[in-house]
Amino acid sequence: MMSDTLRRIAPQLVILAVVILLNFIVFPGFFSIEFQNGRLFGNIIDVLNRGAPVALLATGMTLVIATKGIDLSVGAVMAIAGAVAASVVTAGGGWVPALLAALAAGLACGSWNGILVAIFRVQPIVATLVLMVAGRGIAQLITEGKIMTFINPGLIHLGAGTILGVPTPVWIWIIMGCLVTYVVRRTALGMLIEAIGINETSSRLAGINSRVLLVAVYLVTGFCAALAGVVVAADIKGADANNAGLWMELDAILAVVIGGNSLLGGRFSIVASLLGALIIQSVNSVILLSGMPPEFNLVIKALLIIVILFIQSPTVQHAIYLFRASTPPHAPTEERAEKSAEKSHKNNQTARESLS
Amino acid sequence: MKLSSILLASALVLAPMTAMAAGKTVGFSQIGSESGWRAAETTVTKQQAEERGVTLKFADAQQKQENQIKALRGFIAQGVDAIFLAPVVATGWDAVLEEAQDAKIPVILLDRKVDADPSLYMTAVTSDTVYEGEVAGNWLKEAVAGKDCRIVELQGTTGSSPAIDRKKGFEKAIADAPNLKIVRSQTGDFTRAQGKVVMESFLKAEGAANICALYAHNDDMAVGAIQAIKEAGAKPGSDILVVAIDAVPDMHLAIANGEANATVELTPNMAGPAFDILDAYWKDGTLPEKWVQTESKLYTQKDDNKAVYEMKKSLGY
Repeated sequence: MMSDTLRRIAPQLVILAVVILLNFIVFPGFFSIEFQNGRLFGNIIDVLNRGAPVALLATGMTLVIATKGIDLSVGAVMAIAGAVAASVVTAGGGWVPALLAALAAGLACGSWNGILVAIFRVQPIVATLVLMVAGRGIAQLITEGKIMTFINPGLIHLGAGTILGVPTPVWIWIIMGCLVTYVVRRTALGMLIEAIGINETSSRLAGINSRVLLVAVYLVTGFCAALAGVVVAADIKGADANNAGLWMELDAILAVVIGGNSLLGGRFSIVASLLGALIIQSVNSVILLSGMPPEFNLVIKALLIIVILFIQSPTVQHAIYLFRASTPPHAPTEERAEKSAEKSHKNNQTARESLS
Repeated sequence: MKLSSILLASALVLAPMTAMAAGKTVGFSQIGSESGWRAAETTVTKQQAEERGVTLKFADAQQKQENQIKALRGFIAQGVDAIFLAPVVATGWDAVLEEAQDAKIPVILLDRKVDADPSLYMTAVTSDTVYEGEVAGNWLKEAVAGKDCRIVELQGTTGSSPAIDRKKGFEKAIADAPNLKIVRSQTGDFTRAQGKVVMESFLKAEGAANICALYAHNDDMAVGAIQAIKEAGAKPGSDILVVAIDAVPDMHLAIANGEANATVELTPNMAGPAFDILDAYWKDGTLPEKWVQTESKLYTQKDDNKAVYEMKKSLGY
């Protein structure tokens, strides 16, 4: 059963390995990790740490995309959550109320999106676009257009601190990812979400309360975005309403796509999306470590991403499959093909069991 | 240089109430509030307008040129007496500037210039961004006093004119000093978060002990980088010298705390000189030069940065 999960995330693992190898080529000291000032210090740690916001966003985004939706507002929700957390601590509150207030703001944003999509039947891309545009304005209203700085050590710890030597954001995204995966795969929720994505009408006819589930997935994305927003604000000890999470919704969607999830909804893998987030961060790391002039940044990133998406495209995958099937020492191809088709049919269930 | 200092001083301290400007309406199309500095520019512009009895119509473009063009058309339709424009990009302004000219509304560019026929606008009030880089470079040259120094550079947003100019100016200043060498240069997008991330990678790639100085194209990136330096176990301000541009309050605080060394001020008061120009124009039709340069003051640890911090804190940085 484990092997099914492995097979599902194999392309992502291979790509991640290749990108990390690229890192190693441009900077041979990439793998060295030191322990200093009570924290692990190294490039690998940086990738895990800096990948946190996108990984958090990708966790929620995977669920939304599995329902055939999309959430463009996550970047703006990050800005709102960061601004809320900062304003609570600057007003004299502790870090716990600040975190809770930020998460509540994220859930409020999520429910707004969810209600627009599930109850008012606004197309997700349009419904979430509203908050994407308006959200940054709301965040600016909260911070009054300034970078709202704070010195609350508890809140700063969430972004810049460490637990057992590992940066806190790394713990946050790994725990959040595991938690969401566990909940959707240990219960029928994951399958129900997939059912909505494949055909919402028939899933409703089959007795699935699609409205509640749709609102729920947008709540999860809002929650994840709020966490990411708090992490980003805590990292720089200030809420930067203008730049926090800017364009990050696109990175999150990209992470989900690199994770091999279809934008048309249906089957999904959160683990693969998280690997997608790490791949994006590793690509960023290659660019930073290579010492190339910054004019090349976006070109290099675009090239690497195109190659990754090209390798994953169904046409290329099919060609690879045919090539493999036609090489001699394998068993008769037709049977294998049938078998694998059957297997992918079953994957739904097995993946759910093995992923947890 | 002198003229602008006088204008600056008079605008800041006295803000003379002139009968000419009072009761007029000025439209101000601001880029957005992409940085603390820009927020301060907005605050100071609003303050200046209020002190002079000018009605300011403010439009925030959220970093989009189309919003600015819409705002300008709106101002023209409302028949304002003058327009301040802080252009987000340099190109694509000709058409809307011509419309303003047809409506006989003078346009003054604040903080950035445009690639358009100079006859289409009254003047541009900006700092000399190349000179800012030079001031920073000259400071570092003196500070290291002939010792070898490996510099890392945090550039602004790739392709933006302040990033290009501040790089150029700094390189010009250190060109005759073979002991100064920029070993790594990467964009931090003018933001704290990216400044911190990129500095982290510099520290890993070069090793904190091999970096002698950091030059950041703005203070926000420097403030982010200072955190990265501290987390890497080095002392910003002594192990790694930190010099940047803009002089935002948090940078003054960092200098006061000994975590940064110098910053070159980009004054947020672009509107003061601009209002003075309008006053002169409305009084007797005096036309200004096509470029009014603001002062680029250097702040180091010798200045009373704590006091400057307290003064600037309320400006909305």
